[in-house]
Amino acid sequence: MSWRYLARRLLQVVPAVFAIIVITFGIIHLAPGDPVVAVASGNGDDAYFEFMRKKFGLDRPLPSQFATYVGNVVQGDLGNSFAQGQRVSSLIAERVPATLLLLGTALVVSTVGGLVLALIAARRPLGLLDLGVSTAALLGYALPVFWLAQLALLTVAFELGWFPLQGMTDAREVSTGFAHVVDVAYHLVLPSLVLAASEVALVARVARTGLIQEQGSDYVRTAKSKGLSPTGALLRHALPNALLPVVTVIGGRIGSFFSGAVLVETVFGWPGMGRLLVDAAGTRDHPVLLGLVLVVAFSVLLANLLTDLVYAWIDPRIRYR
Amino acid sequence: MARPQVSDLAGDLVPSGAVAAPHEAAVVAETAVAGLSHRRLRLRRFRRHPAGMIGLVLTVLLLGIGLLANTVAPGDPFAFAGKPLSAPSADHPFGTDNLGRDLVKAVIHGLRTSAVVVLWVVLIAAVVGMVIGALAGYRGGWVDDVLMRFTELFQTIPRFFLVLLVLALFGSGTTNMILVLGLTSWPMLARVVRAEALSIRERQFIEAARSLGASNLRILRKHVVPNLVPAAVVVIALLASRIILLEASLSFLGLGDSDVMSLGFLVSNAQRFIRVAWWMSVFPGAFLALAVVAVNLLADGLNDTLTPTR
Repeated sequence: MSWRYLARRLLQVVPAVFAIIVITFGIIHLAPGDPVVAVASGNGDDAYFEFMRKKFGLDRPLPSQFATYVGNVVQGDLGNSFAQGQRVSSLIAERVPATLLLLGTALVVSTVGGLVLALIAARRPLGLLDLGVSTAALLGYALPVFWLAQLALLTVAFELGWFPLQGMTDAREVSTGFAHVVDVAYHLVLPSLVLAASEVALVARVARTGLIQEQGSDYVRTAKSKGLSPTGALLRHALPNALLPVVTVIGGRIGSFFSGAVLVETVFGWPGMGRLLVDAAGTRDHPVLLGLVLVVAFSVLLANLLTDLVYAWIDPRIRYR
Repeated sequence: MARPQVSDLAGDLVPSGAVAAPHEAAVVAETAVAGLSHRRLRLRRFRRHPAGMIGLVLTVLLLGIGLLANTVAPGDPFAFAGKPLSAPSADHPFGTDNLGRDLVKAVIHGLRTSAVVVLWVVLIAAVVGMVIGALAGYRGGWVDDVLMRFTELFQTIPRFFLVLLVLALFGSGTTNMILVLGLTSWPMLARVVRAEALSIRERQFIEAARSLGASNLRILRKHVVPNLVPAAVVVIALLASRIILLEASLSFLGLGDSDVMSLGFLVSNAQRFIRVAWWMSVFPGAFLALAVVAVNLLADGLNDTLTPTR
């Protein structure tokens, strides 16, 4: 990866960060309703509202308010929750580990699962297995993730009783140490599988196309003619090259992974950022809502940056876009 | 085969000049042989695409049921219709929910909401996306730079979260839902249309038109835009399937219009009764999934027949 590429790519982050801040600031200020009245839940007189407006700097001109907003966001100060009075940053920080665990597991499962499916499908293009994988991929992509989650609850968790219905830990037995890890892992299985389902489809599709393309290339034929088995050629030679587009796809889907996580967390009662977001939307807790949107937007920005850097690192042909 | 997100598709949808040329030649040859116009040829090709035809039939069927909801299932879908939480029976084929509402009627009116939202959103996105994309691609230069930077910045905040924030702050009526989904859906289309316009701009028939003295507006209207339509139609169909899911997801999270029946709301309402009334989740969700699959198949068929570059 050349320094030139790195510098260019890093520079692209600046306008994006600026856009995120301007758009969110614009939305807050265009939104109907007076925040001061909202904080006071409608109680109080004009003098009190005036006092509050001064206290929060809402009487200052817009550019000055914008400067304050930028300063606060940059310092990670996201204000206080209307509903709970706590700092938004600490409220969100509490929820980050659960969501990261869910997202990370789903990311690994969908990547590995997608590659395995693609390898199965690519061994005989347009064969029975390939068509099966294609159909499954279409369904995984089209089924609403929250409905899939409910179906999983209905069947595997409720009817068969294989997995717990709700939450991240067993509420009746508080466990510690290794037992706690097992408990969380047991609760994690269904939500992470459901979240992975829709993304598996995409990984499988892209990897399959790549594998079939690479299999027809000269170096794979050379490898085969030197006596390597078809499976060996597939794994050793075609796979590494077919992985390149997969990296882009996974990186580009972090945003939809987040939205999927919100829905899955809602169905499974998983105590992550998604639940916080839905609660905040329900109670119109604007600071929390805004904080979460900012955190997600910056995470996605970071993920895209990392994806591009990883891509440039594993594929030295990339110079700059 | 499953379709990836539109943005991922931009790559293989948009033929670069070099790729497009042989395909054009092939089409010309095929046209000459069959003695058919471009349009008739595409139509014929689509009719021979089984997945696309299934998608088309299902889409038309579901769209029809949705738009004619008041004729097919007249009356208030929120009205009490029978014993609450009764299992599917002859009277109520999909059962009733916790407030005794008939789920057949609820699903039909839910389809109506999906259809109305999708049609409006697609209309908004198509107009904005086509105008911006065609302008950027055809004019090129600084116009292109400005419009595309604007489009990119518009996409920095993940759409789902942007929409959620706006709906929570501005109120979640159907009009707001349509506006915010429409105004956040055009960038993908704009990007594909722009890339397509960029390649069309360099073709000889554009040069021919220009040398005959046609104005820019006339060239855009008569020569560029008609050639953008096939790629745009495919993107719009993919967009429609994403919008169905987005609308349902937002309604599921309680950000839909509470005065209108929607499939997302029905599935979310089923959550609390999942142990006692499986039908409350299964039927609305199945129709939602069916709608998404139908539109996806349709988009697949359109992609294979309208942009046959592979």
